[in-house]
Amino acid sequence: MPVLELRAITKVFPGVRANDRVSLTLERGEIVALLGENGAGKSTLMNVAYGLLAADGGEVLVDDVPVRIKTPRDAIEHGIGMVHQHFMLVEPLTVTENIILGHEPARFGVLDRKKARMRVAELSNEYGLKVDPDARVGDLSVGMQQRVEILKALFQGARILILDEPTAVLTPQEVRELFGVIRSLVKAGLSVVLITHKLDEVMGAADRIVVMRDGRVVGETTPAQTDQIGLARMMVGRDVVLRIEKAEAHPGGPVLRLTDLVVKGERGLEALKGVSLAVRAGEILGIAGVDGNGQTELVEAIVGLRRPKSGTIALKGVDITRASTRKTIAAGVSHVPEDRHRRGLVLEFDLAENLILGDHRMPPFAKFGITNPRVISVTARKRIEDYDVRAPSEHVLAGALSGGNQQKLVLARELGREPELLVAAQPTRGLDVGAIEFVHRRLIAERDNGTAILLVSMELEEVMSLSDRILVMYGGRVVAEFAAHEADVERIGYYMTGGKPPEIAPATMTASGGAV
Amino acid sequence: MSDRREVTLVEARWVSVLRAVGVPLLSVLLAVGIGSLILLAGGYDPLKAYAALFQGAFGGEMRKPLEAIGDTLVRSTPLMFTGLAVGFGFRANLFNIGAEGQFILGALGAAWFGLMFGGLPGFVSIPLILLGAALFGAAWAFIPALLKAKTGAHEVITTMMFSWIALYLTSWIISGPLADSATNNFQTPIIPSDSWLPTLDKVIPWLPTIKYAHAGLIVALAAAVVVALLLRRTTLGYEVRAVGFNPTAAQNGGVSIAMTTIWALCISGALAGLAGASEVLGVTHRMFDQVSAGSGYGFTGIAVALLGKKHPVGIIFAALLFGGLSAGAGTMQLFANVPAKIITILQALIIFFVGAETLVTWFVKRRQRMALEREEAADAQ
Repeated sequence: MPVLELRAITKVFPGVRANDRVSLTLERGEIVALLGENGAGKSTLMNVAYGLLAADGGEVLVDDVPVRIKTPRDAIEHGIGMVHQHFMLVEPLTVTENIILGHEPARFGVLDRKKARMRVAELSNEYGLKVDPDARVGDLSVGMQQRVEILKALFQGARILILDEPTAVLTPQEVRELFGVIRSLVKAGLSVVLITHKLDEVMGAADRIVVMRDGRVVGETTPAQTDQIGLARMMVGRDVVLRIEKAEAHPGGPVLRLTDLVVKGERGLEALKGVSLAVRAGEILGIAGVDGNGQTELVEAIVGLRRPKSGTIALKGVDITRASTRKTIAAGVSHVPEDRHRRGLVLEFDLAENLILGDHRMPPFAKFGITNPRVISVTARKRIEDYDVRAPSEHVLAGALSGGNQQKLVLARELGREPELLVAAQPTRGLDVGAIEFVHRRLIAERDNGTAILLVSMELEEVMSLSDRILVMYGGRVVAEFAAHEADVERIGYYMTGGKPPEIAPATMTASGGAV
Repeated sequence: MSDRREVTLVEARWVSVLRAVGVPLLSVLLAVGIGSLILLAGGYDPLKAYAALFQGAFGGEMRKPLEAIGDTLVRSTPLMFTGLAVGFGFRANLFNIGAEGQFILGALGAAWFGLMFGGLPGFVSIPLILLGAALFGAAWAFIPALLKAKTGAHEVITTMMFSWIALYLTSWIISGPLADSATNNFQTPIIPSDSWLPTLDKVIPWLPTIKYAHAGLIVALAAAVVVALLLRRTTLGYEVRAVGFNPTAAQNGGVSIAMTTIWALCISGALAGLAGASEVLGVTHRMFDQVSAGSGYGFTGIAVALLGKKHPVGIIFAALLFGGLSAGAGTMQLFANVPAKIITILQALIIFFVGAETLVTWFVKRRQRMALEREEAADAQ
């Protein structure tokens, strides 16, 4: 008897059928991976099950009984808990306070702190979710915050746990720990739906795999019956190259050189504490690190969005330390920003207008402050074709494109101006397999063309497969450098968390490293 | 999938055009409907009231057409300028709530330059005066713009405060340095008639003599064209729109948010200043206390910009509507015995419904979805 069954769920958004008669079952003690590209309808389906979206058709059954789930509260009552990709925690409150929020145990209307704290500690021990119940959530690492979210669902009595892209923000070590936790949860009789687009996780963790594409279930399999290539084919609907082939790099002279760069972050603290590095023509320098270790400030300083406190930035020997963004662009720096919606594109502009952003004052697009729509349109059409942006015309609004096409648009603009240096921050975040492949190919091609590329990514896999050299950042400093061929996930992972690999400093080896 | 997506995109374009025109029209109709209820509740005959209102604005038995239309045009002209002013600010995501102050400064500038250059022939003095008034308006917006760009001080607060400063400053100037010594009223002397904006029939010979109407209308229409071209065909307009839509992305593309903010507010102020000049050169021929405060052209400009959906063409029509409402109010009061204040209620209702666009689109979307469901049910059978 399935603990959760979704029958023929249909959900229509204006112009898009996000779910088209999708069915899914989940047995007790089972881990089902819901695999699919972005926009395949995975999150929509689970949001229906959790009461965040109202389905236009179909039904939800819990323990074989049809139930009406209209709000998350209904879902929780039926034992369904969900951990979202973006955590919904109150940062200034403690772990315990966050967990009991909305379900506070009370005696005579007075909050029973002691009881709450005990229950949290119990749950935490039972499932190996170690976390300090009195710590302020804002002080915790992302991995710890995720544990708080899981504990919160358990506290509310969840028997069915939906995890939406849980590993997107974790380090390799944290990912391993999370899967340990998930295994102990199902051993205790819980059931887990894992929403993901990462093939290796699915192969390692799931009992059963359900693949979605374009709002439909296109197949169901188990890790034993398939491999990553087979899964990718199901997911995308065609053959996909998972690991990009690339030739040996032939780097030229240094294009970008940073010397003792100190940059203050948003809160006025030093986010970069003296970084020196060089990126040469025709090479990809990858920056690995957990989000928030100075990568954002590094990128912003280079592209002129943030003034360094001290140190220098030089492009081909010319000092651009204090140059404005406009001057930086003119000097030959292109930037694929980490947040394409906020920084990369003006979604209300059409494609042609977006394609000139940054070059909009330059001839031939504008002369004497007057723009030239004809030239802009012609150039736009050419770039849209060159970069395979799928759109009916250059006058469609950028906001109407899919994520992958939006990123192609950003690349078309930033590479189209033939830069000396490309700073690519999280260039494939949130993209599906097909689009990731395209972006990776373009970056390699650009490297082979002689452009210097600085790649910043939270996806270690990406940094390792694209880069010719890898720097690891931790706490605003470069803590390690690897040549591409000598890099391995384990050692980089240690540096990313501020430690040192076991063979160098055995004392720092802890239980968490013992698993592999 | 890709075919379906294309259809959706083409549809989306149509929907956006329809919405841009449809929502304001619907808002006006809803306002008229609810206005009828209010009239009924007050014991008036809505049909009679609206008939009088219409004739007061466009002519009929109750009012001579050329007089009614002239009245409407004269009242619309300053609203076109102030509507364009506020609308231009909106494009850069700036709320220039102080167009009133820039209007007053423009009017003061027009009177001052008018008295200064009044002796010159009109074709020399009028452009000079208009330019000077625009500069006065722009200068009045410049300080709030600078404060916004440098310190982040919100323009809603600062431009509003500057409106009050404008009011009392001009009161002092026209009662002191520029006062008309012939009277005790707070006003400047009349500017020489060579520098008045000519009547419409003098500029366009084949036009019949429309009472009141002056060439300020032509300047306003030209301003709308200039604003449209500025937004669409210049790098400044591009930057203004980019900053208005998404300042972070604009910044990433090398656009200076501070400079764009300053330019946008100053251009907005210049347009509001032209409104004041058009009133002085075309209607009052002198600056007097409360040249605008009675009718509040600067404030009504906000409503006009909203109803016109920030688009120059929309703003022209919205200004004509608001001008017509105010022109017809007198006739309505006279022939239907309905207090002219009812017009204020109508205007408020229109703005309310424009603001409630979300509500309207919700209704439209619900109907679309129901239609889709019916279609599906039909498919299933």
